[in-house]
Amino acid sequence: MSAIAGQKPGLIWALRLSVVVLVGLWLFPTLGLLVSSFRTGDQIATSGWWKALFPTEQNQTLRTAAPDTQAQVGDLWVIEGNLFEEATSAEISVWGTNAREIDAYVAGDTATLRGGEELTVAADGSYRLTSASQMEGRRGARVFVTAVVPPEFTVENYETILISGGSTDNMARAFFNTLTVTIPATIIPILVAAFAAYALAWMEFPGRALLIAAIVGLLVVPLQLALIPLLKFHNEIGIGKGYVGVWMAHTGFGLPLAIYLLRNYMVGIPRDIIENARVDGATDFQIFTRIILPLSFPALASFAIFQFLWTWNDLLVAMVFLIDATGETTVMTKQIVELLGTRGGNWEILATSAFVSIAVPLGVFFAMQKYLVRGLLAGSVK
Amino acid sequence: MHPAIQGLLTIAFGVGGCVGYFYLSNIILDTFIFPARGKDIAKNIRRANMVRPWLFLLPALLALGLYLAYPVVETMRLSLTERVPGGGSEFVGLENYKQMLAEAKFWEALQNNFLWLLVVPAASTAFGLLAAQLTDRLAWGNIAKSLIFMPMAISFVGAAVIWKLVYDARPPGTEQIGILNAVYIWLGGVEPQQWLTIPFWNNFFLMMVLVWIQTGFAMVILSAALRGIPEETVEAAIVDGAGPFQIFFKIKVPQIMGTIVVVWTTITIVVLKVFDIVFALTNGQWETQVLANYMYDKLFRANDWGVGSASAMVIMLLVMPILVWNVYNARREMR
Repeated sequence: MSAIAGQKPGLIWALRLSVVVLVGLWLFPTLGLLVSSFRTGDQIATSGWWKALFPTEQNQTLRTAAPDTQAQVGDLWVIEGNLFEEATSAEISVWGTNAREIDAYVAGDTATLRGGEELTVAADGSYRLTSASQMEGRRGARVFVTAVVPPEFTVENYETILISGGSTDNMARAFFNTLTVTIPATIIPILVAAFAAYALAWMEFPGRALLIAAIVGLLVVPLQLALIPLLKFHNEIGIGKGYVGVWMAHTGFGLPLAIYLLRNYMVGIPRDIIENARVDGATDFQIFTRIILPLSFPALASFAIFQFLWTWNDLLVAMVFLIDATGETTVMTKQIVELLGTRGGNWEILATSAFVSIAVPLGVFFAMQKYLVRGLLAGSVK
Repeated sequence: MHPAIQGLLTIAFGVGGCVGYFYLSNIILDTFIFPARGKDIAKNIRRANMVRPWLFLLPALLALGLYLAYPVVETMRLSLTERVPGGGSEFVGLENYKQMLAEAKFWEALQNNFLWLLVVPAASTAFGLLAAQLTDRLAWGNIAKSLIFMPMAISFVGAAVIWKLVYDARPPGTEQIGILNAVYIWLGGVEPQQWLTIPFWNNFFLMMVLVWIQTGFAMVILSAALRGIPEETVEAAIVDGAGPFQIFFKIKVPQIMGTIVVVWTTITIVVLKVFDIVFALTNGQWETQVLANYMYDKLFRANDWGVGSASAMVIMLLVMPILVWNVYNARREMR
């Protein structure tokens, strides 16, 4: 195609542009979550996250300090300060003292209030309120400002989720539980599968072809079928709901893919290497541990990534085999689903906890993409 | 015991147990059962070599049998029985299936599943093919690909949260924080829409999440297939004056048809099992039920194992043609 596109610069540009659009569309939703997790609840609820990246014009209702802070300067009573409670670099363009005319004055103007006081507001929010007589009342005067507020981000949400949050908001325990599920559930099937794959790839015995076909078949059996029979089984042998059960379930469900991937890879190892080793007197066990296992590293890594992503992201298996009524062993996916139900409107909590849970698989993904792609190419049944 | 210590112990126990089992069972076989010495040496070595494959396979076969093969049979048995109060169960024949077929929610789930089957594999494969073709031979194509591929690593639940933000609706007149409603209002829409509660169309908003995830998978596989097309065929077409679209549809696509079918069937399997997305976003309300979620409802909310197992068998039945097709192909390839 490049040869033809090369003749038409227009086509090349159309091609590049469509790639940019496509990537943008695919990235946009995730980016929204990432940006939202760094904003406060108020910010998320009042403006779209895509505006958070640029300075925005906002209308705010602020107050001067209360009259009891006034000081007498000469024959005037004066209140001075800044309308913004926290230091910001927001810039006021217009302001007003009446809700119906919020743009009555520009920054730097002086307005006369109803009681005869004079108010001057500068662009940075500092003001000076003066009166000939002592000001009364408990609260300060209201000021309506239109200000350009620069983008503001906070890591507060992450603090809530990981450290300080209450029981439903705190993901630290669920994060830890997820890790506890994931690591044994990734390592154990690899080992079991590797031995089986070696036998299926390099040992001659009757029924081998049938077994391989059976594994290809089991590859697509929906794990939904396994839920009730295995839960019953776990209850009967006394492990009930818990880590041991979930580790065993993940091992069982991961095995067909593991055996299939590893066998396909091991078959490709040159026959000479194995036969030379046999001639030199190596046993099958030695051939397996000294030659096959090290040579199969790429396939082992591929499967490890699959299994890690799958167990980390899993919801169903954890709900059925792990999480009991106490909820002590909840995993992140389950906790997020619960947050979706109870805190559906609290986007700062929801976005941050979701991002905490997807950050680890994303890290693994970008670090080991090469092996993931290789595994996918080998694993899709041809 | 702290779960972390338990986890570490399990790893040590599992790994040690596996290695120990394989090592010891081989030693026992070679030195005690069929020792490679004495007058029967040749016979013993031959016998040991006949047994050894099964030693290597045993743990895997046990796990596969117990966790995948046995449940298929057991679920079938459960679907034909009813639990009796106080424990035990009795055979009820096809009663569970009859009850299930009489439920409107089941038909809704089945109908929606077929809709998913129609749309998601087609859309994911089409987008994947498009992305694969467009990024092919682009200098920064690999970066573009890895960004489109990225949703693969995100959990269905995480994706559900991501898309819930996209579909979010605020009351009319206030600023919209969901991008879809923001665009809708900007294009002249009057009322912001609760996208996930509009029957029928909400199915498509749920499917979008899965298409978003699966496109990367399709792209990776198809991109490798496109690379594998012999240059000469494309060059010959250029010499013959074919345009870029002709080359794509008449030269390239036919050559990778086999891979397209593989991608299509793989995504079909994922669709048949789709659960998390529906569970997290609508839980089957507003006419978005799918089979897997219907089954979960029956098993763990209604506690009706009979009907739950019957619906699981329906999923198995739908997977069956692909299972047979895969096994058939695998056997043909081995020959």
